[in-house]
Amino acid sequence: MRVFGRLSQEQIVFGLAVLLCLGFALALPGFLTAQNILNLVRSVSILGILGVAMGLVVIGRGIDLSLVALMAISVAWTLQLATNGMPMGLALALGLAFSLAVGLLNGFLVAYVEIPAIFATLAMGIAVYGFGRYVMFSLDVVYLPQDAEAFRWLGQGRLLGVPTPICMFALVSFLAFLFLRYTHQGRYLRTVGDNLAAARISGVPARPVILMQYMIAATIGFVGGCVTAASVASMNTRVANSTMIYDVILVVVLGGIGLSGGKGGIRNVIVGTLLIGVLLNGMTIMDIQYTVQNVIKGVILLTAIVIDTMLNPRDEQTAQQGDI
Amino acid sequence: MRLRTTLIAAAVAALAGGAGAQGIDDPTRGAYYDAFEGKKVAYVPVAMGFDLTEGWAMGLKAALEPLGVTFDIRDPNWSTSAGAQAITSLISEKPDVIVVHNPDVQSYARLLKKAEEAGIYVVQVNMRSSYSTDVFVGADYVGMGRQIGERLVEICSPDKGKSGKIAITQGVLTAAASAYQMKGIEDVLKEHPEIQMVSNQAADWDATKAKNITATVIQQHPDLCAIAGFWDVMDVGTSAAIKESGKDVYLITQGGGNKAACDGLENGTYSEVVVYNVPGQARDMANTIQQLLQLKPTPGSMKTTLFTQLDFVTKDNMKPGSCWALPGQ
Repeated sequence: MRVFGRLSQEQIVFGLAVLLCLGFALALPGFLTAQNILNLVRSVSILGILGVAMGLVVIGRGIDLSLVALMAISVAWTLQLATNGMPMGLALALGLAFSLAVGLLNGFLVAYVEIPAIFATLAMGIAVYGFGRYVMFSLDVVYLPQDAEAFRWLGQGRLLGVPTPICMFALVSFLAFLFLRYTHQGRYLRTVGDNLAAARISGVPARPVILMQYMIAATIGFVGGCVTAASVASMNTRVANSTMIYDVILVVVLGGIGLSGGKGGIRNVIVGTLLIGVLLNGMTIMDIQYTVQNVIKGVILLTAIVIDTMLNPRDEQTAQQGDI
Repeated sequence: MRLRTTLIAAAVAALAGGAGAQGIDDPTRGAYYDAFEGKKVAYVPVAMGFDLTEGWAMGLKAALEPLGVTFDIRDPNWSTSAGAQAITSLISEKPDVIVVHNPDVQSYARLLKKAEEAGIYVVQVNMRSSYSTDVFVGADYVGMGRQIGERLVEICSPDKGKSGKIAITQGVLTAAASAYQMKGIEDVLKEHPEIQMVSNQAADWDATKAKNITATVIQQHPDLCAIAGFWDVMDVGTSAAIKESGKDVYLITQGGGNKAACDGLENGTYSEVVVYNVPGQARDMANTIQQLLQLKPTPGSMKTTLFTQLDFVTKDNMKPGSCWALPGQ
């Protein structure tokens, strides 16, 4: 038990993913082929990109429930503008600007008005979705204009044989990793997440850091949205009402980034994403019925959390205030 | 009888006047317009904002509003519980007709029965509930499933050198469009053991899910012959996966025949689209509503089903009028 006692949640989840991989590789012909592994990662790369955005916010002891809604609306607006004849570059710039403005507003509500992040962003997500559907476009699926070949490459192309969504996931993860590890702002983010009061006393500009974390999340969300839209040649704004935002939080928490903030890194997001990817891919190959898939997914996730709680029990020292 | 008397009276009057150039009034006109004056029609789709529901609303509005009928849209935006609430409050508001688009076969069944008992005519469109009401207008999904099944057999039969492997991408499992159609497809496949269904998954009407499922299925079965998808809007994802795989897979999908479907056929997104014509369905609904309001039967006493005629549209048989567009599209 002592040996296992040092395993972190990240390692447990990674172990589970490897075990599942081995099981599927033995049982399912065609699972362990390069093509399938690429498929597997590609199918969760958008989830992973959003996971990175959410991960950064959670490390800063926040949460962004408006992430998926904002992604859907800003990208759908971009596509609508482009369909109406605006050059793609300008449409993208406007979409990104809208994203940043909403991110800034989120940060302002959390940092300066001091509304708990969970409520501020929940309300913001609903408001953004409603505003978008009412003012910006009228149909809930907006198609990509036919001539947007360069944009389409972002979701359907390949870079050195690797599908571009995977490359984008890798790029976003790498940049976020560099940000957290090597920049002042990145370290501030972690400090603020770990202990806001202490950070502020020691001179960290806590409120601007919170503003920044929501703006970064909005930007990464916009990138994730562009990849989604490019890969299926349309943006389905219904995802704003789906359970996707919970999947994103799941990836983050499953990978081992505690909701109490300050803990974890980008590696945790990648590990969480891979476990979900392996699960979904294996079950699709086995042609398991959709409702049964949900049961299996739920049970495996619960298992991961139970193992973690048994191996790393919470006590007064490890539990923090605000831990959910 | 009254009609005949009026006609004779009119004829006599015309003769007596001696002037054949004088106009005569259509005797049914007054009664016709009186039947609609101040009537209310409420419309509860699963959500506004997509081609089918917008198209029905457009058609119903165009047909009913000039008659003096108030047309009222309650948009639950994909929430079944919000839809149930809308119907519950409508029952107490007592419009004359409720037009319902069911998200699944169960949820609204009891409410629809209650509405009829409260004296409201209930028209169901395209996706029916397990409870049959005054009117159902929509595709015959079991029959449609059979026809699609037969198309799949025709296209993929090993006799033609094809692999016989097919895949299905459903919408939401419990929706009438999915459940009834599956029955039809399965009936056909039972008679054709040479056709093998290698995957049957639900993508929740979402393009991204459809794409991920399809990518995995094609990779596991590179010799896949055809995919039947259950909605064109979702199947842009299915198509993207087929294109990325570089394989030649026949994609047969279905929808309301919006312009986007014809564009998709034109640019090779879909191989074939089964079209249930939305403006036609709107017209069918408007006509039956007019009939109900004129004949005034007790709500729930007659059950009419009007199945929509299906068109199997491909790039080759597509005509300029095969699809329709929303304003601004």
